[in-house]
Amino acid sequence: MRKSIIWLVCVAALAALPHLLSFSQQEILVVLVINILLVVSYRLMTLTGEWSLGHVVIMGVGAYTSALLTKNLGMYVPVSMILGSLMAAFVAFLLSFPLFRMKGFYFLIGSFASAEIIRLLWKRFRDPFGGPKGLKLIDGLPDINIGPIHIDFFEPTHYYYFAVIVVAACLWILWRIERSLLGLTFHAVHWQDKLAQASGVDVRRFRTLAFVLASGFAGVSGALLTHYIGTINPNTFDVELMVFVLTWAIVGGTATFYGPILGCVALTVLNEIVLREMGFEQARPLIYGVVMIASILFLPNGLESLVKRGVAAWQGRTGGAGAKEKTP
Amino acid sequence: MTTPLLQIRDLTMRFGGLTAVDKLSFNVERGVIHGLIGPNGAGKTTTFNAISGFYKPTSGDIILRDESIAGLQMHEVAHRGLVRTFQHSTLFAEMTVMENVLVGTHMEFPPSIWNALSRQDAHDRSGAEAKAMEALDFFGLTGFVDTLAGELPHGHQRALGMAVALACRPDIMLLDEPFTGMNPEETKRMMTLMQKLREAGLTLLLVEHDMHAIMGLCDNITCMSFGKLLAEGSPQEIRNHPDVIEAYLGGARHVA
Repeated sequence: MRKSIIWLVCVAALAALPHLLSFSQQEILVVLVINILLVVSYRLMTLTGEWSLGHVVIMGVGAYTSALLTKNLGMYVPVSMILGSLMAAFVAFLLSFPLFRMKGFYFLIGSFASAEIIRLLWKRFRDPFGGPKGLKLIDGLPDINIGPIHIDFFEPTHYYYFAVIVVAACLWILWRIERSLLGLTFHAVHWQDKLAQASGVDVRRFRTLAFVLASGFAGVSGALLTHYIGTINPNTFDVELMVFVLTWAIVGGTATFYGPILGCVALTVLNEIVLREMGFEQARPLIYGVVMIASILFLPNGLESLVKRGVAAWQGRTGGAGAKEKTP
Repeated sequence: MTTPLLQIRDLTMRFGGLTAVDKLSFNVERGVIHGLIGPNGAGKTTTFNAISGFYKPTSGDIILRDESIAGLQMHEVAHRGLVRTFQHSTLFAEMTVMENVLVGTHMEFPPSIWNALSRQDAHDRSGAEAKAMEALDFFGLTGFVDTLAGELPHGHQRALGMAVALACRPDIMLLDEPFTGMNPEETKRMMTLMQKLREAGLTLLLVEHDMHAIMGLCDNITCMSFGKLLAEGSPQEIRNHPDVIEAYLGGARHVA
């Protein structure tokens, strides 16, 4: 009962949110929702212990695939989005063969290099990728006209609702995966791959599975983005965005499901609203860097550790059972 | 007499110019506790790693029942019923005791995306938890289900490592120095548990330094020195074997 009330309040808040914001803020909000899926899918990958620098380019694979399918084949947009996601997962599957011969730091560099190769292919081949200028005039989501209802997805608010529904569905799947025995196996592979393997876990297979799944969802976020902004080029998915994703994940913390979401929301609010309003346009990357270093120094477990402490303190005050023992 | 459960035939392990194990052959009979002993650096752990698939043997063969497992990877060996533990307390320290043992049930309840998204997961999980509880119960760890593995006392960590292996339901368990760092009380308890495992039909192969435990526990002992087979036999035979005494004590003529 209490749970469903909380859910209702959350849904109402998400529905009301765009109406409280200015037009430009609404546009940022849509991108924020998409980025949340991006960073949460990235976390699924980090569950098995490997940090990739190619995640954003994989997202771009989803974006390019979906855009090209609609532009060249006139495919219906939601279908092209699904195919874009599958393509991203497939590319990740192919990349897994060379990449999972490496671990740790080498994997990081390897993923960066292979992602750059994909990105440079987009730059090099004007046909079909459009070269450095990328693709323009990508179809948006088709309007929906049912009787008196007209939904025009060029309107940020409408696209926001669409994105929230898609992202929520994806987050639900990711959540279920993490809480399942499959998620437990991912954790096991991370903490002690030798012991996991001795228990019959095909470590390589589960690393690949996490990588492919994470990439599929990154592909969804890429497809969502491309049909919203309508124009993409190789630099949309460059290493700068990758650094942002890393920063969100690190500042938010990756121990919990909500950590990266917290990091993404907090830093986007800081970046787009506070700093932009204050006129720090040029210095924003600098401040991002400072925030990242500061959070590593002073909040090594991320924003999520603040939430945990807050919850523990709140339970302690209301006399929650055993709460006192849990506080560090 | 039936064929041995595990046969090691001419196993050789070379690392560059170093021959760690040199044409070693021995058999492990079904349903026994078999000890692998030898002075430091004799190649016991290397042998272990080669059998369990952690290393790929340079040459020679390893036969489990009537199938060669030489060169298979560790998880493939595990699927064939041979599960190992590790030296020290190799555990999922950041996970709870229950979660540790749940990983052991991996082969019986293989996870997949479809299971994760359907009701099957809840079903599998309750089955897996029941199996995990059996293994925990065997080692007397049921009181620590929600404790983080890294926070357990050392003796309990060793027991948990074996509980994870037991949850895999192996036919043969390879134990790498199971008594290291245990006090005599814990050693005694662990020996009783191992005897119980043998009674349950399991075969145990263990590498151990604790001679007292080895002599009291094992049915058969293989003694290695410098990568080669030195002696084989019952504890009584090994104890009185002149080569073994020489390998351990450095030879009577030096002492005299």
